[in-house]
Amino acid sequence: MEWLDPLALARWQFGLTTLYHFLFVPLTLGMSLIVAIFQTRWYRTGDVRWLHITRFFGKIFLINFAMGVVTGIVQEFQFGMNWSAYSRFVGDVFGAPLAFEGLLAFFLEATFIGLWIFGWDKLPRLAHLASIWMASIGATLSAYFIIAANAFMQNPVGYQMSADGHRAELVDIWAMLTNPVALAAFPHTIFAGWMFAAMVVVAVSAWHMARGRNTEMMRKTLRFGLWGTLVSFVLVAIVGDQLSLVMVATQPMKMAAAEATFNTVCGQDASFSIFTLGTPDGTSELFSIRVPFLLSILSTHSLDGCVEGINDLNTLYSQQMFPQFADQVDGNFAPVLWVTYWAFRWMIALGGIAALVSVVGLWVTRKKATRPVAPWMWRIAIWAAPLPMLASLVGWVFTEMGRQPWIVFGLMLTQDGVSPSVPGWSVLVSLIAFTLVYLTLAIVEFGLIVKFAQKGPEPLPDPDAVHDDSIENTPTTVY
Amino acid sequence: MDLAHLWFWIVAFLFVGYFVLDGFDFGVGMSLPFLGKDDIARRQIINTIGPVWDLNETWVIVAGAALFASFPEWYATLFSGFYLPLLAILLALIARGVSFEYRHQRDSLTWRRSFDRMIVIGSAVPAFLWGVAFANIVQGVPLDTDHEYAGTVLTLLNPYGILGGLTTLSLFFLHGVYFVALKTDGQVRSDARRLAGRAGLLTIALAALFLGWTILNAAGAPLFLGVVALAGIAALTLIGSWVANTRDREGTAFTLGAVTIVTAVAALFFALFPNVMPSTLPGGASLTIDNASSTDYTLTIMSWAALIFLPLILAYQGWTYWVFRKRVTRARIEKAALVAH
Repeated sequence: MEWLDPLALARWQFGLTTLYHFLFVPLTLGMSLIVAIFQTRWYRTGDVRWLHITRFFGKIFLINFAMGVVTGIVQEFQFGMNWSAYSRFVGDVFGAPLAFEGLLAFFLEATFIGLWIFGWDKLPRLAHLASIWMASIGATLSAYFIIAANAFMQNPVGYQMSADGHRAELVDIWAMLTNPVALAAFPHTIFAGWMFAAMVVVAVSAWHMARGRNTEMMRKTLRFGLWGTLVSFVLVAIVGDQLSLVMVATQPMKMAAAEATFNTVCGQDASFSIFTLGTPDGTSELFSIRVPFLLSILSTHSLDGCVEGINDLNTLYSQQMFPQFADQVDGNFAPVLWVTYWAFRWMIALGGIAALVSVVGLWVTRKKATRPVAPWMWRIAIWAAPLPMLASLVGWVFTEMGRQPWIVFGLMLTQDGVSPSVPGWSVLVSLIAFTLVYLTLAIVEFGLIVKFAQKGPEPLPDPDAVHDDSIENTPTTVY
Repeated sequence: MDLAHLWFWIVAFLFVGYFVLDGFDFGVGMSLPFLGKDDIARRQIINTIGPVWDLNETWVIVAGAALFASFPEWYATLFSGFYLPLLAILLALIARGVSFEYRHQRDSLTWRRSFDRMIVIGSAVPAFLWGVAFANIVQGVPLDTDHEYAGTVLTLLNPYGILGGLTTLSLFFLHGVYFVALKTDGQVRSDARRLAGRAGLLTIALAALFLGWTILNAAGAPLFLGVVALAGIAALTLIGSWVANTRDREGTAFTLGAVTIVTAVAALFFALFPNVMPSTLPGGASLTIDNASSTDYTLTIMSWAALIFLPLILAYQGWTYWVFRKRVTRARIEKAALVAH
């Protein structure tokens, strides 16, 4: 039966669970850093407002963190559960970064987050501050290793095929860890995470500012978040540009699919369409808005560069590079075009809109501003928060769907990677179970975050009262 | 000893570490209905593992990743073959993990009750299923010539597998109750001691059966003497922990309980060696250390990483346990509950 096709179900499950996991990861990456910065300010200035700000955003960070942790285990298990043929094929190469991730990053993150949550009254202040930094470094390191592993799927390097051709074997770990795709995709992902977290800080602060609550503290965090968003966006864009150069060099088909360009185009003809109406399969175009030269600039950083088209690449792949796979894919090595085309645009557009919000926000909340911020502006600041997250999600959709039909580019097709021993109904059961559990948890989590975000930081203590500042009297978390 | 053999023992070490640490976590979770007479008591129990449950659970992620990297064939066969039990474990771990973090976030009894239930179920399911899984790994499962699992989920629910599951379930429960006794005060502490006294007898009976059966199965295994010795130590320390508990020696009871888990799980790996997943199918192909492992190059790099980082990890995790060495007192939870509302 079609709907019990183990391959399709396993792909849906991997896509859904990965995207779901990635709802929480960017916020963890960014928020751990932001909370660490807030706490550092408290440590250095002794200003109790920064302590309250740290604890307030720390709480939001932790509610999100828990989800990232529990949904992450699924990802690791899934390689073996649903993609056993793939795991056998790449395990010698792909397993090492995952093991490094565990040894170097996860333990660090999990241990020090526990120390941070419960250590307020048990650790000396500097050690407690160090804990959040260690947890943040752990989270960032883990992103590096998982992206290095992913980069192998996009652009396999540092390996050779085994004598019997059954598996890829690692021969150069350094080449594998410095895969140009990883070196560009890692900062792209990290900065995107910072941007999302900064926007969340903006939204939370704006909500309070709009209601005139906690304005003394929230003005600080608002400005911090706005600057954070803008700076992160600039960084995302710079490394994103780098990433697209690498992509053109390593996976030209992905760039061709991003623009849905069928024939090789050069210079002025290598235009970038901002918007296109076409037939659903993307093969013909009804209407489009195009910027000449832009695709050439994006792909090659020159005005007269050429971008290879899907048709030419298909010929190249089928006849010269991968003839042994040509029959299996009917000679078409292109991904699903409407997905790659729109995902690529939405990624850029959503990120750009968020950046625009931050620029306007910085202007209207500047010190010398004469007019109060209008209510609708606060509302935009609040509702813009998910934009960087959505940009991250469609970015990953583009990266992973753009890799198709390969599971490891040039080495293995996705259809050959699925577990042969797992029947379709088992995958259907797990897909339904994950969907239901994840939906429920999403609602619970979102509800909690909104609840605590609206509750706001603890009120500032009475400045005249005697303030007991000793460690023993620092309030701490109790489950 | 070549590197593949070394990694067999490193993987064993990581799983032993996982079962010792997350094992008592599971036990603490399962003890809620028995020891958590009111919300304060339940919070007291949960807070004994509050700072450490996440790092304990991380051991399974690292063990899984190490398995993937050092024995891709073993990882692929095991995880695809044991699909549904692993799915149940994953769902349980998800439910349990979020429950620790979310149950105290709302001051509503129904809210807290539902998370309590998820903690209990989320702890019991993996405690049972990990035992089933490991008993089956040691006993062997049907594998075809391509090393693909050829059984169904029911294949795993054989008597030895179920007994293995019941043994880990009761062992983790007992160890968790020892931990609660060691880390709390007042009513919860004395209740925990009494409960451990009763649960201990059942655990001793189950463990004796399971270890005995394991020894019988292991006859002819290259490390047979090691299996016998480890199973013997496990049995002795288990009884010793029970005796220590009746004499109110909480630290000793918990430590001996930990030794029991270490030696019992080690006994399983000794019985398994040099296979990693023997096949019970006539004409099927067993997975062994040699035919399931990664290349020497990969194992060399991983060995360096393990050599450098494992001691470091043990050091900072040990330090964490030291930081949170104090008992979670009822008075402290009551105070926290007052401050919050």
